[in-house]
Amino acid sequence: MWTSVNRCPVTGSPGRPVSRPGDVVTRGPGNRAELFFARIVDSIGRLLLIGALVLVASALSAAELLNVSYDPTRELYQEINSEFARAWMRAHRESVVVKMSHGGSGKQARSVIDGLPADVVTLALGYDIDAIARAGLLPATWQSRLPFHSAPYTSTIVFVVRKGNPKGIRDWDDLGRPGLSVITPNPKTSGGARWNYLAAWGWAKRRYGSDARAMEFVSRVFRNVPLLDTGARGATTTFVERGIGDVYIAWENEALLVTRTIAPGRFQIVMPSESILAEPPVAIVDSVVRQHGTSAIVRAYVEFLYSPMGQRIAAKHFFRPRDSGATAGLPPTFAPVKLFTLEEMFGSWSAAHAAHFANGGSFDRIMAAHR
Amino acid sequence: MTTLTIRRSVLPGFRLTLGVSLTFIVLLLLIPVAALVVKGSSQSVSAFWASISSPRALAAFRVSLLASAAAATINTALGLATAWVLERHRFAGRGLLDMLIDVPFALPTSVAGITLATLYGPNGMIGRILAPLGIRVAYAPAGIVVALIFVTVPFAVRTLQPVIRDLDPEVEDAAESLGSSRLTTFLRVTLPELRPAILTAFTLSFARAIGEYGSVIFIAGNMPMRTETIPLLIMIHLDQFDYATATAIALAYLVAALLLLTIVQSMQWRRR
Repeated sequence: MWTSVNRCPVTGSPGRPVSRPGDVVTRGPGNRAELFFARIVDSIGRLLLIGALVLVASALSAAELLNVSYDPTRELYQEINSEFARAWMRAHRESVVVKMSHGGSGKQARSVIDGLPADVVTLALGYDIDAIARAGLLPATWQSRLPFHSAPYTSTIVFVVRKGNPKGIRDWDDLGRPGLSVITPNPKTSGGARWNYLAAWGWAKRRYGSDARAMEFVSRVFRNVPLLDTGARGATTTFVERGIGDVYIAWENEALLVTRTIAPGRFQIVMPSESILAEPPVAIVDSVVRQHGTSAIVRAYVEFLYSPMGQRIAAKHFFRPRDSGATAGLPPTFAPVKLFTLEEMFGSWSAAHAAHFANGGSFDRIMAAHR
Repeated sequence: MTTLTIRRSVLPGFRLTLGVSLTFIVLLLLIPVAALVVKGSSQSVSAFWASISSPRALAAFRVSLLASAAAATINTALGLATAWVLERHRFAGRGLLDMLIDVPFALPTSVAGITLATLYGPNGMIGRILAPLGIRVAYAPAGIVVALIFVTVPFAVRTLQPVIRDLDPEVEDAAESLGSSRLTTFLRVTLPELRPAILTAFTLSFARAIGEYGSVIFIAGNMPMRTETIPLLIMIHLDQFDYATATAIALAYLVAALLLLTIVQSMQWRRR
């Protein structure tokens, strides 16, 4: 049997001596190249084998969930998911991967209706989950299955203005002042924009006493809107990066993200005298979970949102937790504000939708009058 | 001998290639369009009419069709000049210019839209210069036209280039030697030769423009009645689970577009 010094085919320098039983190696340029390729093939084979093993192993032990969510929850669920995976591993010795899908709330609901296999949906408003329920994927009573109308965290609608508040914006009625530029996304496509719209309407209705006067006020605000982005994140970019607009009507969580994380020192938040209690709900998609056999883990995931740790993560990402103790030790974040609920002002999401956002609703009438 | 064998090897493929292309066209083109027609026409005539004749839909039809026609017209004129300079002249940087023409094909349209909105926005590099002059591009109808021109540039240039390449310059020389002025030569000799290609360039640009969504939503401003386009309006109705209105508008838009394209094409037939 021969033992050859294996030389690197490029430099010709001696490499690792190869001596394996069964190898018959004769000296010669062709054989050296052959041996080199044999080693490449060998290592590729090994890599493939390892890859296959990893795949099989992960398929056997890692559970997988899909959480279909709306736009501004990216940072929140990134942390929720990794902490949930850690907690689940500790309790069940099983790894779990939660995949996310983010986008406009209405579009996300439509994807789920059209077959995106979401185990759980965490959307901007109940109306979108109602639509999924109408498609038969979960019962119509979904909202009563979890505490607090299935909304583990809340938010509200606030104003973001440029540093020093150069236009002196203090409350909703300032937004109707002529010559001001107001940024808000399109209420037809953005869940956040619908909350903005209803917050403005609700405030005006309480202040001026009637729906007709409220419509007049909202119409004046929309005269000041130069463009409508399709989602909350797009509107944030327009206001923050492009520098368009004097005031941005935003989710409180998005406003805090801007003033504390994205662009600290350049903007400030103005709390209106009154705003709406925004309740972004979560729901388990029964028909998908039944198919995936993930019911236990999905229930744990949803309950995790209500747990002390889940509540604390929500507070950290600027969502108002249900558990007021969750903010202990965090820097003061949530300014007190008088809140009204959607139900007391508009009855239900279907009623609010029909009156304001459906074809021919108040938004369409306002925009048609602005021609 | 060699040429014979090559020819033979090509011909027997007829049935196979026809089968493949028919399957392909039916699966990817015919069935989706048929589904649109079926779904769109399954509603009552009055509901269908109400969907497509609402003030908001009519405004969007106007915005989309006018912006697409404007973009296709500007693009055909500029595309002709570009194709001409690329084919008839040799200059430094010609290869680079030729390569740049294909960029809109390769660039995701959303990237194009964001870039254009940044440049032409009130605080952007170009928008800052235009704003004091009272010209608004981003978040105005002009912005839609700019985005549409961007995405359709290669359609005009690449359609016209090979035709200009095949024009015989000697014909122009002959016209000139017979005493025709340069303008007359262009209008009476060159342009008639290019006419079919120019119409095709317009048709392709227009067809591409009316369907464009990705780049337009970033620069249009999306205000109902003013800068809302039909593709966006369709998306909006879908997002509201209003499939009936969405399909009605889509169907009407498809018919309108096909009608306009047929008119443009018929201009070509009449001349022949």
